[in-house]
Amino acid sequence: MKETTREELRLTADVLVAGGGPAGAWAAVKAAEAGASVVLADKGYCGSSGATAAAGTGVWYVPPREDLREEAMAAREGLGGHLADRGWMARVLDQTWENMHEVAAISRYPFPVDASGEQVRRGLQGPEYMRRMRVRAKRAGVLVLDHSPVLELLVTGDGTVAGAAGHRRQEGRPFRVRAGAVVLATGGCAFLSRALGCDVDTGDGYLMAAEAGAAMSGMEFSNAYAIAPAFTSVTKTAYYSFATFYHADGTVLEGAGSRRGRSVIGRTLLAEGTVLCRLDRAGEEQRRAMRLGQPNFFLPFDRLGIDPFTEMFPVTLLAEGTVRGTGGIRLTGADCATGVPGLYAAGDAATRELICGGFTGGGSHNAAWAMSSGTWAGRGAAAFARSLGAAAHARPARPVGGAGLRPTGRTWAPGGHREVVAAVQAEVLPYDKNQLRDGAVLAPALDSLHGTWRRLREALSGAGGEAVRAREAAAMAATARWMYTAALARQETRGMHKRLDHPRQVDPAWRRRLVTGGLDETWSVPEPGPATSARTPLEVTA
Amino acid sequence: MIEIVSAERCVACDKCVLACPTNVFDRGPGGVPVVARQEDCQTCYMCEAYCPVDALFVAPHTHPLPAGSPLREEPEVAGAGLLGSYRERIGWGRGRVPGARLAVGPDLDRAGPAPAAGRAPAGPARGARD
Repeated sequence: MKETTREELRLTADVLVAGGGPAGAWAAVKAAEAGASVVLADKGYCGSSGATAAAGTGVWYVPPREDLREEAMAAREGLGGHLADRGWMARVLDQTWENMHEVAAISRYPFPVDASGEQVRRGLQGPEYMRRMRVRAKRAGVLVLDHSPVLELLVTGDGTVAGAAGHRRQEGRPFRVRAGAVVLATGGCAFLSRALGCDVDTGDGYLMAAEAGAAMSGMEFSNAYAIAPAFTSVTKTAYYSFATFYHADGTVLEGAGSRRGRSVIGRTLLAEGTVLCRLDRAGEEQRRAMRLGQPNFFLPFDRLGIDPFTEMFPVTLLAEGTVRGTGGIRLTGADCATGVPGLYAAGDAATRELICGGFTGGGSHNAAWAMSSGTWAGRGAAAFARSLGAAAHARPARPVGGAGLRPTGRTWAPGGHREVVAAVQAEVLPYDKNQLRDGAVLAPALDSLHGTWRRLREALSGAGGEAVRAREAAAMAATARWMYTAALARQETRGMHKRLDHPRQVDPAWRRRLVTGGLDETWSVPEPGPATSARTPLEVTA
Repeated sequence: MIEIVSAERCVACDKCVLACPTNVFDRGPGGVPVVARQEDCQTCYMCEAYCPVDALFVAPHTHPLPAGSPLREEPEVAGAGLLGSYRERIGWGRGRVPGARLAVGPDLDRAGPAPAAGRAPAGPARGARD
């Protein structure tokens, strides 16, 4: 399997998985269990990398009882703007039920046990879960490459994805994997906002998929902001349901809240500069349960010497972009195919509209989606690789990375990525641009992003570790442009996408998902048919 | 951000070099890792979780602390019981009960009533400074 040259690590595998969060780990495990040889390449360390590992998450785990499943599916349809799909929801609930059993039985995850001796499987602690997923992947025979960000896809003459190339950043040398199929499980994009664990999520997979010919879906649902104590990283918005929010003078900030009312917090931060908070709606028992439920929630408080239940502390909103939005690579098949032969997508890299529509509101759906879509993408990729037979690795293929790797003009001096990141962040992080959306603000923001893209396309590049940063910057610019292209196209309010200039849903024709894409020119068009619960646009097979 | 690598506690196992998802550490000349790229630290606390000897400390701030800040001083942080406190809370380490085993959070729909509007704060606001 291994063939090393001095300059470049060259590997072959049936399946290459890019990304080692939960979706990537499940994809690797399931591809390996299907008989494939698997390489998993993570930008950081498979086990600590990504939005899940550093956090704790609920899981959309519902017993297979018709009434409970019906209730679970119906609960979010309205919030999501009726863009989800019942067929996909049902199979995610089935798959999640199965995978959580495997987490208990195979990975021996120490779930809590209730009074009757039953395991409580409604949530997962990130470090524990991902440590065990790494072990499981390695025991399944997966070759794990840590600190090995994938930079670009390799594509054959007929447009089939045949591997990828990247950079081993702790060894300072490139690597290349020739593969029968590739799974992109690179996460979403949170624009280096410092939201917990999300700085590795820079939209890399979106850009790579688009360069190979794939499209995005739901990119307008990309304006999630999480609550965190000011100047810290710990985003655990759910616990702020026990909070009261205050103006700087200590008077109650009316209408502010963690579920509805996050925009009130954004507006007040813009207007007054400060929003204070106190978790004064939690009783003694609840306080104790919070400490056990999410120990990392208390890290900033304990280290700053703040008692969040009795003392007020300033809060901020951190952009979570598409990590807690629902947009991502559009899927064209039940096996998480992308429409590009040999390319599959899973987890936050893929659109989650299929089960959430335009709103997630919490990690449970994303966690269920990661393990389910990872499972299907891994199996789908393994089946595709098998169909190619032994000739898979002999196919001529060329790298197709553009922006940040192969500039079209005279290149900038090293460090140009910093300027790009700052320019992108200036358009997507501010609450008055992305959270509180208005066409009159979005249009010039998109123009500015297009300008940034033109400049970086011409001049941004880097060697070695600098190439990684250049690609991250380019991917963030691409992601931001797809977000705002879609946000301008959807001239209504639906799901988390709230337009101040179009505050209502007036035209039933908008009950469709928006497909978005393009590199130098971006575009966004509605899917041909409406998204309805009754209709299953993609054939779902077992 | 990562502020302390305790040379006294470190056993030069390189686990933090490997486990840091944003590649903040380099191997140091004497085996003790150095914080080579602090600006890349995303304040995720994973290095602390993976350190077997509680030699690391991540301050909760997402920006570097100024010189003289107590959270940069090992004796102060150790004295406050903060070194290794995250690893202890998640129950990693020999003889500990995994935190996952106990992780049953509160029902989020059962928050108490909000305090009456206009109520004055119980004390001055506390928080991280910019």
